[in-house]
Parts: sequence; structure tokens; C-alpha cells
Amino acid sequence: MVEKYVYKKVESIIFGLLSPKLIKKMSVCKVVTPELYDKEGYPVDGGLMDVRMGVIDPGLRCPTDGKKLKDCPGYFGYIEFARPVVHVKYVKIIQDILKVTCNECNRILLTPEKIEEVTKKYTKKELFKFVGNVKKCPHCETKQGAVKIEKPTTLVESDKRISPIEIESRFKKIPDDDLRVFGINPETARPEWMILTIFPIPPVNVRPSITLESGERSEDDLTHKLGDIVRINQRLFENINAGAPEIIIEDLWDLLQYHLTTYFDNAISQVPPARHRSGQPLKTLTERIKSKEGRFRHNLAGKRVNYAARTVISPDPKIKFNEVGIPKTIAMDLTIPEKVNEWNIKWLKEFIENGPAVYPGANYVIIEGKKRKITDDTKEQLLEELKEGCIVERHLIDGDISVFNRQPSLHRMSIMCHKVRVLPGKSFRLNPAVCTPYNADFDGDEMNLHIPQTEESRAEAEILMEVETQIISPKNGLNIIGSIHDAITGNYLLTKEESLTKEEAISLLYSVGVKDFSKLKTKNVSGKDVFSSLLPNDFDFVGETKNKKKVLIKRGKLIEGFIDKSTIGEDNGTLIRALYARYGDKCGIRILNEIFNLGVEFLFKRGFTTSISDTDLSEDIKEKMKEKINYTEKRIEELIEEYNNNKLEQLPGLTLKQTLESMILKLLNKLRDKVGEMVLEGTNKSPTILMALSGAQGNFLNLAQMSAMVGQQALGEFRIKNGYKDRTLTIFKKGSLDPESKGFIKEGYKKGLTPSNYFFHSMTGRDSLMDTALRTPKSGYLYRRLSNALQDIRIEYDKTVRDANGTIIQFKYGDDGLDISKSESGVINVKRIVKEIKENV
Amino acid sequence: MFDKLFEEYKHLPKKLLDEVREESELNRLKSDEVKKVLKRIEKEYNSAQITSGEAIGIITAESFGEPGTQMILRSFHFAGVSELTLTSGLARLIELFDARKIPSTPTSTIYLTSDYNKDPNKAKQVAVSIKQTTMDEITEEFVCNLTQQRVEVILDKKKMRDLKITENYLEKTLSEKLKKVKVKQSGDKIIIKPDGKEIALSDVYQVKEKIKELSIKGIKGVNQVLPIKQANGEFVIFCDGEDLGSISEIKGVDIKRSICNNPFVIAELFGIEAARNLIMDESTNVIKSQGLDIDVRHIMFLSDVMTNTGKIRGITRSGITSEKDSVLARASFETPIKHIINASLIGEQDNLTSVIENVILNQAVPLGTGLPNLVAKMKDGAFKSKKK
Repeated sequence: MVEKYVYKKVESIIFGLLSPKLIKKMSVCKVVTPELYDKEGYPVDGGLMDVRMGVIDPGLRCPTDGKKLKDCPGYFGYIEFARPVVHVKYVKIIQDILKVTCNECNRILLTPEKIEEVTKKYTKKELFKFVGNVKKCPHCETKQGAVKIEKPTTLVESDKRISPIEIESRFKKIPDDDLRVFGINPETARPEWMILTIFPIPPVNVRPSITLESGERSEDDLTHKLGDIVRINQRLFENINAGAPEIIIEDLWDLLQYHLTTYFDNAISQVPPARHRSGQPLKTLTERIKSKEGRFRHNLAGKRVNYAARTVISPDPKIKFNEVGIPKTIAMDLTIPEKVNEWNIKWLKEFIENGPAVYPGANYVIIEGKKRKITDDTKEQLLEELKEGCIVERHLIDGDISVFNRQPSLHRMSIMCHKVRVLPGKSFRLNPAVCTPYNADFDGDEMNLHIPQTEESRAEAEILMEVETQIISPKNGLNIIGSIHDAITGNYLLTKEESLTKEEAISLLYSVGVKDFSKLKTKNVSGKDVFSSLLPNDFDFVGETKNKKKVLIKRGKLIEGFIDKSTIGEDNGTLIRALYARYGDKCGIRILNEIFNLGVEFLFKRGFTTSISDTDLSEDIKEKMKEKINYTEKRIEELIEEYNNNKLEQLPGLTLKQTLESMILKLLNKLRDKVGEMVLEGTNKSPTILMALSGAQGNFLNLAQMSAMVGQQALGEFRIKNGYKDRTLTIFKKGSLDPESKGFIKEGYKKGLTPSNYFFHSMTGRDSLMDTALRTPKSGYLYRRLSNALQDIRIEYDKTVRDANGTIIQFKYGDDGLDISKSESGVINVKRIVKEIKENV
Repeated sequence: MFDKLFEEYKHLPKKLLDEVREESELNRLKSDEVKKVLKRIEKEYNSAQITSGEAIGIITAESFGEPGTQMILRSFHFAGVSELTLTSGLARLIELFDARKIPSTPTSTIYLTSDYNKDPNKAKQVAVSIKQTTMDEITEEFVCNLTQQRVEVILDKKKMRDLKITENYLEKTLSEKLKKVKVKQSGDKIIIKPDGKEIALSDVYQVKEKIKELSIKGIKGVNQVLPIKQANGEFVIFCDGEDLGSISEIKGVDIKRSICNNPFVIAELFGIEAARNLIMDESTNVIKSQGLDIDVRHIMFLSDVMTNTGKIRGITRSGITSEKDSVLARASFETPIKHIINASLIGEQDNLTSVIENVILNQAVPLGTGLPNLVAKMKDGAFKSKKK
């Protein structure tokens, strides 16, 4: 069976104005009464809810196409205005056209020779301005009055109002060629069509009414507005026919104009907005289209989907990087359509037998295009009817393809493909290593899961979006996924100086999933050998640890150095990138997974904990620290003294006061760094230090702040400024410049802060809070603009970079055509290649 | 050394080949080793080529958008003097990408010609002549003489000598710059009298206020100058203001190397390519100063997008987005109504060649796997059955 594939249904869209003729042609009924329903609640013929314009009641059939609620697209109706009115959105253009055409002969205010000359000289916009200033018609020599817009929709020529009737009759006489001069296409937009004589009524589907709980009907805002228009129009007709005085007719005409204006746009500044009885303004056409909640951005550029799930996420280091744990309840709701063929019919029948309530079951069967629910009653029959070509919508099972996403989706790694792993519980489970690309944590984050429904989409997801294909970020060519936290600490401890018995090592490796123990040769093995067991035998690698010590792997054996953040961590995992470049996606992720598990398992067996005593300092270190603090304080006192006696030497470009400030700040920062070093010296290798050393979490500054000194609180590179006269807080002396009164905290968090310390500390805290709160929307808008401007730019088949118009932006992407996510941080690593070639020989 | 070998690999980028040459000389490679290296390089280079259909625009947008959330909003950093601040951080990046006509902190870096750039005194001399001097700075007192309806300016002789301003020069420039007044010199005073028969008292006061702000020497907008010795011993002047055109007229300035931080000024003076490089440099600076890492290709790409028409276009609704072919693409960004109205007048046709229109219509997007529109050739029989 050959399926029909349609590449594109719509090839192009042409925009234009609706002519009265066209409106009549596309309409199915004429609306003559503002009434909606008769006494029985049935739509009135010729009313605004006429069934010919589409049905919104379930059960009714549309008389136009005979379809029911869901299939009927809806059809336009029309009304005929008693007097023509102006379309608000076109008033400016109507004015422009009036200005550039003669008020007598309705020709363009230029001679044919001049037209040619002028069109070359000006842009379309300037042309309107230039021709609008012509005072005398070159064709009939009539004087031209100035045309002005008065209030929203009234046009005035030389202080005399021009009625829409007159505008229409003038516009009708403008020749097509004259319009083309101004870029107006007479085939799609004759100017007289901007004056409405026949008016289209949108289909009922566009403005559905809601039935309230009480059984009352509540109509859409548009229906209300249309009701007003029809009512006034009818009254205008009646009055004209009855020969009412001109004033009354004029008034009604203006009212019709008002209703039409607010129908198009209810937020024009000079027009009072039309309101509900409750006083809330109506939402009319313009409000429906524009802004974030409007048709464009909300419904057209963003779509809703089925086969999706959302719930809280939680970590599970035991599942693989490219797996996602799915709760059973969700696995039983989301389905995959599986086509029955001779090879899988037996297998699929088992699913049907299980039905929707037992886990690996199925919810629906599609037989000959009819979707049928599986229940205990229908089960037998469906099993019997099942044949090749049917579709079974079965529950998710392990290994199915899913697409996982966390908002905000800032980069392409925010949506990745994971294999399904059905697990007990009620949350999505993910490996903590993939938190980084999603920017997720487990403090209540929720994530979305989608199940692709076609073979093509599943193939695309698996090949292009799976986790292993996304390891290297296209932002800078570094690996965004790597080992984190315990996995780094574990590997660090294992490879640094750990030694295990062979039995322990085998047990450890087995729990990771490695079954090749050939690298464990002796009875007692070093941790390096255990780690080497994960590596392929032909793998060579030269790298550096965090502290620039050499790491050497030769023939799959870790010979020198140890493993830490800069070899297996995120962003800078040089070892991970080397493995990827050498062995490809599949093997790379397997080894990375094993490395991760090895770290976690090792730490699990060894035991690892942090405690408050990690921040304890020995007495003599405390003594030394005090000395250092005292020394610095004394130096600062001296500086202040010098400053007060005007003996301080001024630094270039700074005032005396600034010199003092910068010198004090320098001293204090130096002090904190010194204290940090002392803390490192003074504590034995506590777990906290180990974590900082391996790069798993935290740094020495954090530790120093906890145990010894928080340091200077700076607001925008300055010390805390005076908030009272000559001092920061009233507990200090006036004119005080000493560290403590300017926000220096000399104790650590463990000991605690004084009230003034606390105050200054919360000042900097508030400052950074403010920054985050203000930054998020700004950077969000920048991102929106960037993606909107750049979204259609792609690499063409000839490798040039072009936008949708075909304009060339670059002849070769980045001048060398390299894909950043395929290269090593954006370059071809010549040094590495040279080294490898040399060592192989 | 291996010229012949390298000749074979001419199709590779020159920069890459140069690096290979350098490395192989450094490691004393033999010619067969160089051959192997080149072969490997070619292989890796080819396998790292970007795929056709890659949505490179969106990747670049993401590469800026994601780190944007981590940037500090407004960080200022000082170029030596505390008055001479530079907007840095996200605010500066937005300013650059918006293509604002005037940056919030205009600054220039002025290089000097070889006869000026070694001597600190000569550098200072140039710096002084660049710096804007207002009347306020060289005046001890402004006196409103109401009885004679004139302003008397008592000059600070010492300051004037420092700045090398003579009374004659002052009289000349004042009468040039001020309109409707008479300027007269008398002793160490300069007397300024408003013209006209009836002089209101407020006129005198207004003239006084006007003189205070009047720039008599140097370049407009340059309030801070800072000659700084660079690592190679050369003196460079950092200053605020961006009027490189006027600065170029000052003796001793090497305009060929001097830059300011406004792409528009650079584009006018040195051409669009220079402006492109400036946008690249400035955004690289911001990103680096925030400790972030974005590949040069993205920065390069974005600067190219902003400048490829020969004019600097910002990434705003009035810039790049306004020049898109597709009505729907423009309408879905900002101000949808305006675009639809104008499209209807022209009878614009949207050929659905870009992304968002096809999303709107639920069709395949012409990027990546949605791009190829060739279907495999089927056997005759299969084709017929489809037609039926």
C-alpha cells in the first residue's frame, strides 16, 4: 500500500482587500436582524447565529455543508450598510490617497513625464509626501485643498467634511495605473474597498457562545458588537426609508461608524471603548490578534499537542543517561500506535488481552480506520477482528522513544530524546548527570514528556535528539554532559591513591556493569587499574588535572595522574571529549555512564559524608589568622591616618579619597585570600576539602567563608557607602573609615555575624536578587528577538549561509565551514594530531 | 620546507595549514610524518564540516540567549579613571545588538603617530588638545553686571596658560560661537554684551548661563582623557566621546589605528567591514568579561547578519525583522496589525519560504530534515497505482 505523502499543501498566501463583490460571493446568508434565537432557543434565520454560518450546538447539522459541529469550518454571512462607513485601520491610507489625487478629476497630481522622474528619486513613503504637497492638479488645473484627519475616522478637506459616500465615488474614478505608482495593487486593493458598503459577518465558529451552568447563553464579545452594528444599520435603513430629517440620519450614521470602529479596534485613544454591561471593555478583532495572548503568538506560532505528560522530576543515578523513568500510571495512558503485521500480530494480541487496566496492555485498536476502545466486553471481538494493517495503541514499554523537555527551552539540549524506562512511583526519574543541559534540579521542578507517534518522527528523534548526540554543546564545542558531584569525588578518590583487593575490585566493577577484568593482574590492585578497566585497550590520552598535573593514559591504562573535574567533568571533560572523538556516540556514552557509575559505586562502598566539623580550625591556625588580621587592620589604620594628614600619595586618575578606598579594598581582599590559603593548610583532608579538590562541588573560598572569614561586602566594586551622615549605620562613629563600619565581615558564617555585619550582608544579597529579577525578562526579550531575526537562516546545499530570501550572509560558515559541535571547542586540534602521529611511529 | 606537500592541501583553510607547518617544524617531523599529519587533518576537517540544512541561525540565537540569562545586568568597569566608565554586561550586549545610534557610554581609544607615541609629554600634549574645555574651567568668576546690562568674565590666567589659551583666541572663538552678542576684551576680563535695542535682564542671565557651558577648545563630548603606557612602551589615549572625525584632525593622532565604541561612527569613517569587526570585538569583550564562553563563529555570524547589506541593522522590529520577505514572519514578531494592513494594500504574496509561516500553517519547515523535497524514484507500477 502506497501512502500518500503531501509535502506542502499551501504554496503561497496572497494578502488583499475584500471587494463587496467577493464578500457577497463568499457569503452564505444575509444578516438582517440583530436577534439571535427564537423562543425555542433555535437560531433565527437571517440572525447573527444563523445555522448557515456554521453550527456550534452538538447534534445540529450545518445546512451549508451538512457536516456536524467538529467538521464544519463555518461560513461567512454579510450585511449591507444603509450608508458606507470608513475602515479605521485604513484611514491614514485613505487620507494619503485623497492627498495625492485631484479632487475634481481624480487623477494623480503628476504629469506622466514627472511620474517617471519622481518614482526613481523617492521611495514609496517619500512619494506620498512629495505628491501630497502639490497644490494644483496638472491635468485639470483645479486647486487642491489640504486633507486632514479629524479625530478617529472623519476626513476633512479645506474645513469641509468629506462623507464616505463622496470618498467612495472619488476613489472609484482613480485609474489603475495611477495607483500602481504608489505601490498599491489595484487587483487586490482598489481604494474604494477601504470604504465598507457590504460587510462580512464572521462564521459562528469564530465567535462561539458559551452555555453557562444555569443554562443561560453567554455570547462572544464579537457577537455583541455585531449585534450593535446590525441594529443600528436596521434603524438607519428604517429612518432613511421613512424620510427622517437629515440630522437624525447623520447621527445614526456616526453611531454606525463608531460601532464599526470599535468592532475593528477597541483601544483607539480618542474613541471611548465599547463595554460590557459590567463595565469591562469588549475584546474585539485587534485585541484578538495582537500581543502575546493574541492569535499569532498564542495559537499560530505555538501549538498544543496530545500524547504528552508532565510531572515532578526526581533523581535516579542507577538509570542510564539516555533513559527516563516513567511512572506506570503515565505509561498506561500514553500509547504508541503499532501497525499489525504477520510478525508482530501474536505479540500485539497479548497487549490487547491485557486491556487498558493491566500494565503492558493497550487502550485502543484502529480497525479499518475506526478507533475502538478496548474494554472487557469488546476484547474478544477485537482480538478476532485483528488483522494485518490494523493499528494497536499499546502502552509504553521499556526502550520506547520519548522526547523530554524542561522549560525554559533556551537551547537545543533543553529537548532531548530519552528511552523509556517504566518504573514504580509517581515522578519522572532522570540521571543527575543530565540535569546540566536541562538546567534542572529536584526542588520541585516539573518536566514534560512527549511520545512521537509516527515512525519518521521516532527515527528523527532517535538519530538527531538522543542524549548521546547532544553531549557537545554547539555554543562552544565543550561537553555539556559529564560526571558531577559524587561521580567526580568517587573517581578522584579511587584513582588518587586507593588500593583494593582483587575481589573488591571485581565486585566494584561488576556492579558498574563491566565484565572484563583482564586489567586486574595482581592480588592487590590500585584504583588506577580499576578505572583503566573501563577504557578500551587502544585508547591513548594526554591531559591535565585541575591543578595542571599531567594525566597519561596509554593503551587503555591510566599510568600517571588521577581523574578529576577537568578530565571527566562538565564543560572541560577532556577525557570525555577524547573518548567521543575516538569511539563515537554510542560507545562514548556507554563509557561515560560506566565512569559515572564507578564513581558513585566506589563512594557508596567507601563511605563519604560531610559534617560541620569539616569547618573546624586548629588553635595555632586560629592564632596565626588573628595575627594576620591584626596586621592588616593596623596597616589600614595607618593608611587612614596618612589620609587624614594628607600624606597619602595619590594614584593617577583617582582622587585622594578614591586612592584610599582602592588601597583598603586591595588590602582586605588580600587578607581574605591569605585566610583562605591558611584554611586549606590548617585543615586535614576532610570530605569538604576533598570535594573542593576534585572539583565536584564548592571551592576553598566557600570553606574559608564558613570557617574563618566572610570578607568584604562589595556593592558594585565599592565598599558599603554612607547611608547616614558621614557613616553607614548609626552605631559607628561619624567619619569612620575602618573596615567593619564599611561592610567587612571578619568572622566566618559558623561563628555568626554581628547585627551590622548581617545588615551589610543582606545589602549585597538584595542587590544580587534585584539583578536576577531584572535580568530575566531583559535577556528573555533579547533571546526572542534574536531567534525571530535569525530563525530562517540555514546552511544551503552549496554550503553558503543564506536567509529565507536567498541573501548570502556568509560564503562559508565561520570561514572554514566547521560545525562547532563536531570540532574540539571550535578548532581542529593540530597539536594533538601531531603528538599522536609522533607517538605512534 | 614541505611546500610541495602543503600545495596538495591548498583547499584547507590557510590558518590551519600555517598551524600544521609551525607545529611540524617545532616537533621536527619528517616528511612522511607531515604527510600523515596532513592526511589526518584533512580527514578530521572533512568530518567536522557543517551539514547542509543546519539551522545555524537558531543555533546562534540559542548560543547567545542561553548565556544571556547568566550575565550580570549592569556591570560597569573603569578604564583607569572612575569617571571614565564603560557599560558592560547584558546592557551593553543589548545596546550593540539593537544597533543604537549612540552608545550609553561613548569611549574612544586613540593611537598616536610614531613621533608622538613614545614621549609621555607629547602624548599628554595631544591628550590636552583633545579634551574639551568649557568656559567654566578657565574662569574665576562670571559677573552679571545688571546696570550696564552685560556679562563680565574674570579669567583664570594660570589655567589658561596651562591649557595654552590666549585672550585673543578666546575673544575670537567666543564671537564666532555666540550669536547676537558683542565680545570685547578689557584687561583680564572679557565683556559680553547682548545685542539689540531693548535688553531684558533675563537675557543677560541667559547669556551668562550659555557661556558657562560653552566649549572653547577640544572635541565635543570628551571630558576625560587618559594617556596610558602600553606593554610595548607606546602611549595610547583613552577618552570618552566618539567624534573620531574631529579627533582625526588633531596633529599627532594616528587615525588609522584609533577606534571608538560606536559602530555607526566607525562605519562612516572606515567602512562597513570595520564596523563589523567592531561589533565582533565589542561583543567578544562583553562575553569574555562575564567569564562566559561563546564560539567566535557565532559572534562572527551575528555581526555578518547585522552588516551584510552594507548598513548596520539592529536585531529589532525596525531592523532585520522588518526586512523579511514574509508577511507572516513579520506579523508574528511584533505589531502584527500594521504588517497585515500594509500587505493587503500592496497585494503582497507570502511564498512561505521561512520557518514561522510554515509553523503557522502546520507544514514542514524548510530546515534540516524538512528541507529535502525529493522523493525516491519509484518503479513505474508503484507510480501508477498512486495516480489512481
